[in-house]
Amino acid sequence: MMSIDQRIADDLAANGVSFVTTVPCKQLAGVIEEIDRRGDIFHIPSNKEDEGMGLCAGAWMGGKRPAIIMQNTAIGVTINTLATLIQYYRMPLPMIISYRGELREPVACQVEMAVHTKALLAQLNIPTYHFHWQKDVEELDNILKYTFMCNKPVAILTDANFWGGYGDQ
Amino acid sequence: MIRSEILKEIAPVLRNELVVCNIGIPSQELHAIDDQPTNFYMLGTMGLASSIGLGLALAQPKPVIVIDGDGSILTNLGTLPTIGNNAPGNYILMIIDNGSYGSTGDQPTYTSQRTDLAGMARAAGCARVVEVQDKDTGPALEEALASSEATVLVVKCDSGNAKMPVITMDPVVIRDRFMKAVAG
Repeated sequence: MMSIDQRIADDLAANGVSFVTTVPCKQLAGVIEEIDRRGDIFHIPSNKEDEGMGLCAGAWMGGKRPAIIMQNTAIGVTINTLATLIQYYRMPLPMIISYRGELREPVACQVEMAVHTKALLAQLNIPTYHFHWQKDVEELDNILKYTFMCNKPVAILTDANFWGGYGDQ
Repeated sequence: MIRSEILKEIAPVLRNELVVCNIGIPSQELHAIDDQPTNFYMLGTMGLASSIGLGLALAQPKPVIVIDGDGSILTNLGTLPTIGNNAPGNYILMIIDNGSYGSTGDQPTYTSQRTDLAGMARAAGCARVVEVQDKDTGPALEEALASSEATVLVVKCDSGNAKMPVITMDPVVIRDRFMKAVAG
């Protein structure tokens, strides 16, 4: 059976995404490993998420479709970059975001940014999707098409339940 | 020499290349000295010129020159290891190191004291790191282009700004004409 990690990487590749930057999260380890393994997607790890958005902006202007994979804590890091680079210059950026601090989260501190995540994204008028059940991944293909249709940053929040209960392990 | 004098001197070299230019007065100066569709002006987002340029260099084969500053590099220091481990041969990061935050009133940065950006770039894994004085910028830049090796060029110069108008071009226009120049 195809894993959720493979499914996400396949959908990215099928939508022409060939440049992916990541800042890791435990929940995202599998999908990062999958992207690293594939020949059809170039993977460049970033040290900070705003740096990663800069890389994606450049790659897009160079003719590649980019994506960033990061934790929701990064929303706190990247608000200025989202507003003054990605949105201001009108660039597409799918953001596959590990939504820490939601149901089945074991680390209390993660909840502190979780409670702000959707409000911040809403304040920025960023289209936001929340994957809670494994079947929600079926929307990814449409979300990617939508992102590159409208040239906006789009957030895909993926919580512990979606990843099969990382928090219970 | 101050930054605007360096930009005037190297304008004939920059004119033929893709240039990603740092936020604030550096972009205003370049725009006023020699506006080109091959220039990408940053209007916001301090610190990300080197990252935007790296993404661009990785995505397509034409040479990319990033005009950055010491203050902006210090605000995004994580960029140096990413460059040191990934930069392709068409990437040139030129750091105009005048030891100050020029766009905000020339407050000193730490490179005016004990911090050595060329040393930091080497320690981050950048293989070709060249430090020059302002008057030697042109030849050093042409050498970097000819080398076809990823280069970090640290240009030591005086602090100071030329009085230039704010860029009023719409960001989407800047980006669109730049993308056409990249693809052309």
